[in-house]
Amino acid sequence: MLIKKGAEASLFLETWHNRKVIMKRRLPKKYRIPELDMMIRSQRTVHEPNLIHKAKEAGVPTPTIFMVDVAEANIIMEFVEGKQVKEVLDAVSSEERLSLSSLIGRMIGRLHKHGIIHGDLTTSNMILTPHGKVVFVDFGLSERSVELEPKGVDLHLMKRALHSTHHKHAKECFKAVMKGYAEAVGKEEAKKVTAKILEIEKRGRYVAER
Amino acid sequence: MPVNNSVRSYCLGIESTADDFGVAIVSFEGKVLSNANDTYMPKEGGIHPREAARHHAEVAEKVLAEAFEKAAIKPRDISLVAFSQGPGLGPCLRTGATAARALASYLDVPLVGVNHCVGHIEIGKLATGATDPVTLYVSGGNTIVSAFEAGRYRIFGETLDIAMGNCLDVFARAVGLKQRSGAPFGAVVEELARKGENFVSLPYTVKGMDLSFSGLLTAAVQAFQSKKGSLEDVCFSLQEVAFSMLTEVTERALAHTEKPEVLLTGGVAANRKLQSMLEVIAEEHDARFCVVPRGLAADNGAMIAWTGILAYKSGISTPIEKSYVNVKWRLEEVYAPWVEG
Repeated sequence: MLIKKGAEASLFLETWHNRKVIMKRRLPKKYRIPELDMMIRSQRTVHEPNLIHKAKEAGVPTPTIFMVDVAEANIIMEFVEGKQVKEVLDAVSSEERLSLSSLIGRMIGRLHKHGIIHGDLTTSNMILTPHGKVVFVDFGLSERSVELEPKGVDLHLMKRALHSTHHKHAKECFKAVMKGYAEAVGKEEAKKVTAKILEIEKRGRYVAER
Repeated sequence: MPVNNSVRSYCLGIESTADDFGVAIVSFEGKVLSNANDTYMPKEGGIHPREAARHHAEVAEKVLAEAFEKAAIKPRDISLVAFSQGPGLGPCLRTGATAARALASYLDVPLVGVNHCVGHIEIGKLATGATDPVTLYVSGGNTIVSAFEAGRYRIFGETLDIAMGNCLDVFARAVGLKQRSGAPFGAVVEELARKGENFVSLPYTVKGMDLSFSGLLTAAVQAFQSKKGSLEDVCFSLQEVAFSMLTEVTERALAHTEKPEVLLTGGVAANRKLQSMLEVIAEEHDARFCVVPRGLAADNGAMIAWTGILAYKSGISTPIEKSYVNVKWRLEEVYAPWVEG
């Protein structure tokens, strides 16, 4: 059963060996030429389980991978019970919102500390479980790097997502994200990344303080 | 002054953000009576801001006269003057703003400063009937994926470095292509790309909903110089990669916002290949695909006039003392009370 049609993959809720699973299918995109299409799909299909596994090693909850089919660009993984942070963030109390944001920041910090750049940090890609854990999903655009630049871009995207989808609370939430981030990576590193985020923003077009 | 909604209300819009100097007259009901334009053509290289501004000052009188002549109305029939207040090249913007201020005071009518990016979105909506689209706005200076949320056009994704149109322009110049009057570089590349057959691998850079074109530009120029493919092949591959990137981020914004329409606007919207790719994703998400008509795709006065009308009708005007240009005016800074949502 199709549960989410995303931009680069479709998610199907299936039963697989008596288990509720998510089948992530990177279906061919009709708008792309086959060479480019196959390259992008297979690259991301190999990459994603790899990085999901690395994230686990870093102590960040991610779904368990059951099977990978590169030729068909399919991944079968655990179905994570819970709610998208996107749906929760504006609905909860101010206190919960800040602690959730800080938890998210801590998890992003752990990823970065272990050289994992998520690449698509939006509140739709985080699931809050009934146990209060935040599970990170969708590592299709992730990459390995320990450099400052991609870390900055990663958090810049998080900030952007907060501003476009949760504009009411974006500022306080991002502040809390950075607070949690600093807890995970240390104050020094967090300072450097914060400066990088500002630099990236100023590089953007038409920024008043450039 | 009370807002006049009668049939005889007209707005004169001046656009002078970059290389185009445009003047249009639009009725308050949204009928474009005239849309005159003169484009600065550099002898070589890109737009020189001061030279472009000089061009605008030189052609202003001619383009204004043409707009009135085509619209068949007199200056006294104008009840509102709108101008492009930013973002854009300072000297160019100032030339248009000066003309707008002079006209508004001479005619004794209100003045409205318009955000250029909002102008591209609003004219697209007017021309296609779109009401609440995910907009891909691609031009020489901008590459933005946007949708309306709570009073403003929010930016969901944008380029992290150069704009799509800029990438095509610089590539075209670097490989020695010549611009023709009425055919921007993008059109020249599009034409060549149609004859391309072999795909040359080029870097595909999407970061969430943001994009980067500078690496792609360098790689495309190098692919041509090192003869990895013919010029046609490289044009074809450049378009395929760049437009796939644009389509992917637009689809991501569409999946995220679940809006009912996709609107393609800005100068690069005239590209048929890009249109056809976006049409595919719109269809897959049951959204209506809308593309701004060719005549309103590139920078033009009509989009400024129409957005000025929308703003003025919702009580916004710009006093002369606050009509200074804002070269870095971001799309999402604009409060847009005329949009429902």
